[in-house]
Amino acid sequence: MDIELISLTKRYGDTVAVDGINLKIRSGSYCCLLGPSGCGKTTTLRMIAGHETVSSGDVVIGPKAVGDLPPAERGTAMMFQSYALFPHLTCRDNVAFGLKMRGVPKAERLKRAEAMLALVQMDHLAGRLPAQLSGGQQQRVALARALVTGPKVLLLDEPLSALDPFLRVRMRTELKRLQGELGITFVHVTHSQEEAMALSDLVVVMNGGRIEQAAAPRTVFERPATAFVARFIGGHNVIALPDRRVAVRADRMRLGPEAGPEAQSARVVAVEYQGSTVHVSLEAPNLAAEAGAPLTAILSDHAFAASPFTLGDTVRVGWPAGEAHRLDA
Amino acid sequence: MSTAAARTHALPEAAQAAPAPLPTPLPAPAGLAAATRRQRRLAYWQAMPLGLIFLVFFLVPLALTLVVSFWEYNEYEIIPAFTLQNYADVFEGCLSGGDLCTTFRTYLSTLKFCLLGWAATLTIGFTVAYFVAFHVRSTAMQTVLFLICTIPFWTSNVIRMIAWVPLLGRNGLVNDTLMSLGVIRTPIEGLLYSDFSVVLAFIHLDTVFMIVPIFNSMMRIDRSLIEAASDAGATPWQTLWNVIVPLCKPGIAIGSIFVLTLIMGDFVTVGVMGGQQIASVGKVIQVQMAYLQFPAAAANAVVLLGAVTVLIAALTRLIDLRREL
Repeated sequence: MDIELISLTKRYGDTVAVDGINLKIRSGSYCCLLGPSGCGKTTTLRMIAGHETVSSGDVVIGPKAVGDLPPAERGTAMMFQSYALFPHLTCRDNVAFGLKMRGVPKAERLKRAEAMLALVQMDHLAGRLPAQLSGGQQQRVALARALVTGPKVLLLDEPLSALDPFLRVRMRTELKRLQGELGITFVHVTHSQEEAMALSDLVVVMNGGRIEQAAAPRTVFERPATAFVARFIGGHNVIALPDRRVAVRADRMRLGPEAGPEAQSARVVAVEYQGSTVHVSLEAPNLAAEAGAPLTAILSDHAFAASPFTLGDTVRVGWPAGEAHRLDA
Repeated sequence: MSTAAARTHALPEAAQAAPAPLPTPLPAPAGLAAATRRQRRLAYWQAMPLGLIFLVFFLVPLALTLVVSFWEYNEYEIIPAFTLQNYADVFEGCLSGGDLCTTFRTYLSTLKFCLLGWAATLTIGFTVAYFVAFHVRSTAMQTVLFLICTIPFWTSNVIRMIAWVPLLGRNGLVNDTLMSLGVIRTPIEGLLYSDFSVVLAFIHLDTVFMIVPIFNSMMRIDRSLIEAASDAGATPWQTLWNVIVPLCKPGIAIGSIFVLTLIMGDFVTVGVMGGQQIASVGKVIQVQMAYLQFPAAAANAVVLLGAVTVLIAALTRLIDLRREL
């Protein structure tokens, strides 16, 4: 179901956590709310879920405004950051909980719980208590519990942050697969730009309770709207030119003779070898948008080997004309 | 034997090695063994204060009570001996059938107070704890309300009980008010010195013992579980029955043990609030003590201890406390 946020606002006393945001999430898409901690992304998610009251504005899910409806009447289900599995219930009973609350007969709800556990490959541990499961397993159970009542929208609050890096990548793939199979809308809160890039159809970059940019991941990366987005999404240099500020992707920076006629001189302050690429940090006082923030150029290992730099070298730095994107504000 | 010998053998080596660090790590195992033993000895020292208190204030008196319960006594002396007469006296007439013997009747009366007191303190205690834990948002307010719950403890038990007398008496505040309002014509007789007043006093005295452990259990419940329950479509009542009550079981069990043992062994409350007219097991023991019939009192105490143990064993059978804690 489509989700629409209409000048949605959340105030806690004098502080504004979410500042009148407008957003439309198409039905069946994977949307990531991305931003640093305290940017209002979790509050936004909780307002969509109905676990947080709305100060002003509205949330529309499908055809109806859900302003004051309790969570279960919105057609949404939430997966909590800490998973929030009931410690006194087995996996099977945890998954069947929502059905039990809706008065589904015991035999049927256990059957449906088993089927849902099978979907997340946890059916073999159905009789265990949450405390007897690893973090990754608990998460699968939490996912099954959220999906068992057939929600139209699944809300995920930093679902991968508690997992180790290897599991995180695996669960990421699995989430994407599940979303494709179920065809329902996923709204996923994360502070990892990598996660957002890998998963989403729509990335919503938030900062200070406002939306900085909401677009497809490729658009966000290719044409960051603001300096904040360019910095947060990574892989970009924010460069201050005399009349404007631009973002240039680090891998499009050109060094040495290729730098072009408008190149400026810069000093090499760090060289990091990364295997297939080499990251070169450059200090260029004429270009830096913030004092002391170095620029980064990512070179292929070939290019670097052909003309290596060492610390303290002075090089010419520039970029092809079409690679600079003008930034708002 | 051989390992012990090896250890004692190795010990001087380690002692020699200690002052000058040798390049070879060879003496390490011996040093480790010595360290382990030292640690174990330290653990015993650390456990000793509690162990001593346990021994002096619990095991020794218990053993003495048990021993004395087998002694003989008459009007003017207690004779160290071994007799089962005291226990036979406790259960005198209990096996003959017909009417219930005094002991069984006393136990039944005490159990009735237990049941009533327990049910009332559980209901009130759970409700109060639930309110403070889940409906009071600020921690400061929670602390304040929690302290208010303990205010009754600032005065002594007896004073708290006596305070009910002017309230519940024949011409007390309650009767006066009801009569002046025209609700009743003649004073209600059963307010004071009755089962009602005894149970009321028990509730007054013991509810806090229910509140504290249940509140503690409730504070340990992850608040996101409540949200998860409402997300799954549970109404507040369903959340209460399916999430909060099961997770409060350890607190309920501990509170129940407190209240049940307090009421089982009570003699003051039943005496004062029952107008010295209602029997209780504790009262029987107290009277026998007053007449210096220590062996008889001791036998009664041992039987009471057995009864309480059975009660608690049944309770822990319902809830595996060790697992839940």
